[in-house]
Amino acid sequence: MNDEAGHGAPRKAVEIKGVSKVFGTYQALKPVSFDIYDNEFFTLLGPSGCGKTTLLRMIAGFEQPTAGQIFLHGSDIQGLPPHRRRVNTVFQSYALFPHMSVEQNIGFGLENLGWSKDRRDTRVADMLRLVHMEAFAGRKPQQLSGGQRQRVALARALAPEPEVLLLDEPLSALDLKLRQAMRDELRILQRKTGITFVFVTHDQEEALDMSDRICVLGDGEIQQLGTPAAIYEEPSNRFVADFIGETNFLDADVITVDGEQATVKTQLGMTLTASHKKAVAGQKAFISIRPEKISLPAQDNPIAVDGTIMSTNYLGGYTYYLIEAGGTKLRISKRNSVSRGQMFEIGQSVKVGFAAESVRILGA
Amino acid sequence: MKAPTKTPDWNVLGLLPAHLIMLLTLIIPIGIIIVVSFSTRGPYGGFEYVFTTAPYKQLLFNEGWTGELEFNPQYLIVVARTLVLSAVTTSICLLLSFPVAYFIALQRPAIKVLLIYLVTLPFWVSMIVRVYSWIIILGKDGVVEKTLRGLGLVDNMDSLLFGNTAMLLGLVYSYIPLMILPIFASIEKLDPALIEASHDLYGNRLTTLRRVILPLTRPGMIAGAILVFVPSLGAVLEPTLLGGGKTMMMGNLIQLQFGGARNWPLGAAIAIVLMAAVMVFLIFQGLRSMRTEGLERAA
Repeated sequence: MNDEAGHGAPRKAVEIKGVSKVFGTYQALKPVSFDIYDNEFFTLLGPSGCGKTTLLRMIAGFEQPTAGQIFLHGSDIQGLPPHRRRVNTVFQSYALFPHMSVEQNIGFGLENLGWSKDRRDTRVADMLRLVHMEAFAGRKPQQLSGGQRQRVALARALAPEPEVLLLDEPLSALDLKLRQAMRDELRILQRKTGITFVFVTHDQEEALDMSDRICVLGDGEIQQLGTPAAIYEEPSNRFVADFIGETNFLDADVITVDGEQATVKTQLGMTLTASHKKAVAGQKAFISIRPEKISLPAQDNPIAVDGTIMSTNYLGGYTYYLIEAGGTKLRISKRNSVSRGQMFEIGQSVKVGFAAESVRILGA
Repeated sequence: MKAPTKTPDWNVLGLLPAHLIMLLTLIIPIGIIIVVSFSTRGPYGGFEYVFTTAPYKQLLFNEGWTGELEFNPQYLIVVARTLVLSAVTTSICLLLSFPVAYFIALQRPAIKVLLIYLVTLPFWVSMIVRVYSWIIILGKDGVVEKTLRGLGLVDNMDSLLFGNTAMLLGLVYSYIPLMILPIFASIEKLDPALIEASHDLYGNRLTTLRRVILPLTRPGMIAGAILVFVPSLGAVLEPTLLGGGKTMMMGNLIQLQFGGARNWPLGAAIAIVLMAAVMVFLIFQGLRSMRTEGLERAA
């Protein structure tokens, strides 16, 4: 029911209700439920085999859920074949028809929808302009570069004005530089067209960069669903903290839990109070602290430890340090904000520090 | 600047054995056949080196006692029958092979290998035996006739053997694997994502078949058509065994001229006509595929 949402509240473009998928004896996806809203850039993120592509293929209609229902703008699309669903897919390999020109590829869906020639031509021209491919209308896909094929695939999928656009790792075949440019372009395209994008990727950086919301999938289930910031700053479990970005895990014993906050004694010896997820008083937990949130050297951080530099990796904008402290190793990244700024030598004794707010406590 | 000293390109000699084999097994034999086709028939078979165009005239005309030429379509009918039967054979093979090849391509790898093996299995048995088996199936008191009679569908039927239908059946049976294999190969090469893309873009099964699958597997169909049409033109066994020697095709007509009829020049002339027909067909195909390729490149 769409009108249930009322004014202001975002309309649900896709509803996934208890959807699961079993291939033979292999459970690719445990029952999952979530909503994707209209005009949202929604990302399904996870390592290979996590079920993200299966989920996408079930929305497209290439796979049928073993159980559960999928709604597209309120109507159950169970059993509808792909060609009866108003969703379009940008395939990982682009899957452009090699025997058709760029124009014919883009017009293919419109022809099947029964659009008149005039309307089709206008739309194809609009799409070509949208993806800056006007000059290539008559080319065959094999005469295009990877980035150009990508644009044509996008134009082809957007042309029929789908209710939802599905993107299956569309950037994975591009080289690094092009990938970065396409990220921005995809985001702009999504805003311009106002079409809901469901984007599948295993690249956490891509997901953080582009998404309104991210659904982290692992082992066939949802690990966390939220905004990029929430997922990065407040991971709900070790899997998410580990998969998204880099982090240091330290063992800790939970002393008390008070609502959102928990107090733990870490393996570095200090006691600290920070936000937590599933910490239970008296039990083991671990804390996650991101490399860039540790100061080197410690400023006036309330929490500080002594350590020794084990290794350094100079990466231009950043330098990564591996530091031995309190019987464990800490990975620290330090922005090189001044040319020939302070550098640390291997073996040098340093004091590192961080704020309790930067720490996330995760129940074991 | 010093011009590079030109050394003779001895690499060309590396291909000499290949050229020699071509010369000995292809050019010279064809040359001999051409010579024979313009020679005079020997009184007791064989031929004599006396130039004449009589064998070619004989294809179309009867020479009367007084030397007047009278149009005689009997050989032309054989040529026409050969062309029509070969074309129909090719079409039937094409229609039957596509679904078979598609079905095989959809199977799991292990099943696929097995099915392809089964398709090629008849090649392990002598062609004569395979064609002969059709005599048993179609012949008087054969499986087909007995079944039909047993079902009470017919009382007394004409023999199915010895006619165009039997020959067609034999030709399709003999050459269909040569159609299935290249079509299978081209379907195997087809990216399944393209079929999904077609469905995704609102193409139903028919649209997907017509606009995506068929155009992309056309190279396989063309290869299969050549592989079936060309040997069909020259088929000897099928018309001999299943045509009953009365309904002839060019293949067994040639054989007859060199054998029983002892008219080598006529046999050679028919062989040259057959070869010319095949070459015209292949040149036509070649031009066509060159044109489509050219169009694609120009686009």
